[in-house]
Amino acid sequence: MAKFTINGEAASVDVDPAMPILWVVRERLGLTGTKFGCGAALCGACTVHLDGQPVRSCSTPIAEAEGKAITTIEGVAGPEGELSKVQQAWISEQVPQCGYCQSGQIMAATALLRDNPKPSDADIDAAMAGNICRCGTYVRIRRAIKVAAGLEPAKGAQGVAGGQA
Amino acid sequence: MNDMTKPPRSRAAKWTRRGFIGAGVLTGGALVIGVGMRPGNPVAKLGPVVAGGKGEQLINSWLKIDADNVVTAIVPHCEMGQGAHSALAQMLADELEADWSLVRVMQAPADGNYLVPDTIRAFVAPGTLDAPDWLEPTWNGLFTRIARLADGMITGGSSSVRSTGQHTMRIAGAAARQMLIGAAAQEWGVPAAEITAANSMLSHKASGRSAPFAKFAAAAAEQDMPQTPVLKQPKDYRLMGTDAPRLDIPAKVNGTASFGIDAKVPGETMSYAAVRRVPVPGTRVAKMDASQAKGMPGVLQILNMGDFIAVVADSYWQAQQALNAITAEYTKAESPVRSGADQFARFAAVLDKAGESGGKAVVTRGDAKAALAGAAKRISAEYQAPYLAHAPLEPMNATVRVKDGRCEIWTSTQVPLMARSAAAKALGLSADDVTVHHPLLGGGFGRRLEVDYVVMAARIGQATGFPVKMIWSREEDLQKGLFRCADLSRIAGGLDAQGRLVAYSSVFTQRHDPADACDCAFYDIPNKSIRHAESDLHLPFAAFRSVDHSQQAFFIESFIDEAAHAAARDPLEFRLAMLGQSPRHKAVLEKAAAMAGWGKPLAAGHGRGLALVESFGTIVAEVVEVDMTKGKPRLTNVWCAADPGFAMNPDGFRNQMEGGIVFGLTAALYGEISLKDGAVEQSNFHDYQMVRMDECPAIAVEIINGDHQKLGGAGEPGLPPIAPALANAVFAATGKRIRALPLAKQFV
Repeated sequence: MAKFTINGEAASVDVDPAMPILWVVRERLGLTGTKFGCGAALCGACTVHLDGQPVRSCSTPIAEAEGKAITTIEGVAGPEGELSKVQQAWISEQVPQCGYCQSGQIMAATALLRDNPKPSDADIDAAMAGNICRCGTYVRIRRAIKVAAGLEPAKGAQGVAGGQA
Repeated sequence: MNDMTKPPRSRAAKWTRRGFIGAGVLTGGALVIGVGMRPGNPVAKLGPVVAGGKGEQLINSWLKIDADNVVTAIVPHCEMGQGAHSALAQMLADELEADWSLVRVMQAPADGNYLVPDTIRAFVAPGTLDAPDWLEPTWNGLFTRIARLADGMITGGSSSVRSTGQHTMRIAGAAARQMLIGAAAQEWGVPAAEITAANSMLSHKASGRSAPFAKFAAAAAEQDMPQTPVLKQPKDYRLMGTDAPRLDIPAKVNGTASFGIDAKVPGETMSYAAVRRVPVPGTRVAKMDASQAKGMPGVLQILNMGDFIAVVADSYWQAQQALNAITAEYTKAESPVRSGADQFARFAAVLDKAGESGGKAVVTRGDAKAALAGAAKRISAEYQAPYLAHAPLEPMNATVRVKDGRCEIWTSTQVPLMARSAAAKALGLSADDVTVHHPLLGGGFGRRLEVDYVVMAARIGQATGFPVKMIWSREEDLQKGLFRCADLSRIAGGLDAQGRLVAYSSVFTQRHDPADACDCAFYDIPNKSIRHAESDLHLPFAAFRSVDHSQQAFFIESFIDEAAHAAARDPLEFRLAMLGQSPRHKAVLEKAAAMAGWGKPLAAGHGRGLALVESFGTIVAEVVEVDMTKGKPRLTNVWCAADPGFAMNPDGFRNQMEGGIVFGLTAALYGEISLKDGAVEQSNFHDYQMVRMDECPAIAVEIINGDHQKLGGAGEPGLPPIAPALANAVFAATGKRIRALPLAKQFV
């Protein structure tokens, strides 16, 4: 029986301790925002936080989460669903295309900005190079990180925003 | 009836196509779309299917309005990141005069009422989309019939906006607006012409009355369908041409967006299947030893399906663990191709046989053979492109429940009705017994135009009799799926004494789609011979983002660059000189060159290259700056100018150009599926490398709205120019001409 917290709530699951966090979260806890992309810690789609540190959940056994806090994309927004600065920037910069990698991208960016609130381009490269976006939204991810960090103004207000024409 | 049913047909009026052929069956409440295909009132039939929400009223097949005045556009195309859901809703909402903050989008169900004949038409016969009125019934009838026969609910060819958007969603919005106005006119007892629609409200200025759309939704559905609703002219566009925020994005930042892989079968305990297909196409499982796997935890069933092995377990991870413990032997492959060298040798043999005039003529202009013979200078080159895997980040998957002679499927697909038919055929059911749910796609890129994985899941579900979610591992996806073809092309050109390209002759082995991808018709070259000498492929084919353009653009625009250098001309000037008949292409190329500061001095070891391609109706020029100082290519910048006719959502269009460039850059730099003993060598992202954040150049995109009546696509056109622009930049920096992709391999 593995015991941990998931997005702030206590959880225990009776699974093989070697089962990766990814499958525990998706299949047992029903939190499908965390994605399977490669199964080998090569693409970052499955990134979650373990005690605040970004980890590749497809290759991290649930045993390693014992007594720790797992945060998934579903736990990034505030208790009333208020979006984090990173999530807001992802919307204002209209980052996602297919969106499949974006949970992992947001988890990686969130960890980056917590440790390094004003990252340089090189810092962004280093922190984000583990996350593949097959649609190729890197230019926007970089800009959104800078917007979330307050290094660049949000672009999202341009044009027709939210239909207030 | 009120005066809105038969508005005067102005230039902006569009025939509602199903209405045109099915006027006799138009009945109250029914908007045209769908009527021609299935006689009767689609609202009555579709209402329960697509409009179950609070106070929702289906106005026609394509939109509904609820009690809170929220308009939902029902979009027949899938959303795979290209932004079609939002762009099509935007077009409908503009014609409807809806407030964008009150607009939602819904995926149309996989249902024969949501065919997209105009998409097929855009692809098969693009010139007919704006046919003269007298021809319209002929074309419309033909493509409606084709769509019905071909399960024509398809998303591909960068065509959603210019086909379904222009010819269905806008008309549906405009017609609904007229129906709402007609209903209000009756209720208020005023002339319809005096009622205006704006921001989801109807108002009558003289009497000071106004009401939300919702108030008249039910009455509007009873109105006669206007057969020629008046569409807006560009000067009246309010949402079209603006950066209306995409409707699918909020759910993609908080984990709630639901992809095929996230499907759950209602009321059922899920089980999961891991699969292993035969390693070489066409072989079979000869022998399977599952003794180790049988007793492993969670394992429910082990299946030898002949062409693949499946393990079904309580969890996907357990299924994969058990699958790893199974050993198998396979039958011998029939294909003689063992390696990439074998494949290219076969291509070369075919091209050798074709020679300088053999093969099937695709484009013949003037006399290329004579012009080559008489040229002042003659150049020739051979180019090659490798096999590629699409590798969408969401692996192939499908969830199925086969029970009581029915099959229900949840999957990410670009072709839900083809998935339905293929599954039905494999299971011996009728298509009516199969239901396909198709949520968001975690990338498509053409891979999900094929339904092989859906059929596999259906077969597993039939074998188990209980619900199963089948997921391919990344290794399965890269090694045993379907692939962008490899190809070999030989091009010869002749320059006259003034350094003009007067002859162009090419021959290549692969021709799929689009038919004109092997041509560069916008260049004025007086003598051309473009030929296809077909060779078989060892690996099975699936259309790859931009399809033939993905290799042809590299061949053609590399060669044009070589010709420019052979003529001792600047590559930009050389191209511009051939664009006298193509002012839009010229403007795009000039714009990209200006953005890049073409001709200005560069740092030592840097080079600039450019390429110009028209694909899917959109003209794109890209300029690459590459830094070769470390001995291998590092892109610093890409400048992209694009003319899609008119960009419905400029920011969304730019996002597609950026994405197409990065996708194409991955292919150009790293993309290679190679063979050993007939099987694919690559297995995951460590050896099938992707461009990542640290290698992504700065990308600037500018849009030219060159002709609002000739719309081009967005999803694919960004890709083709990047490989040749990069190769041309590498040549400019190093003098080394790269004629075989992937490029990075040449600099190890």
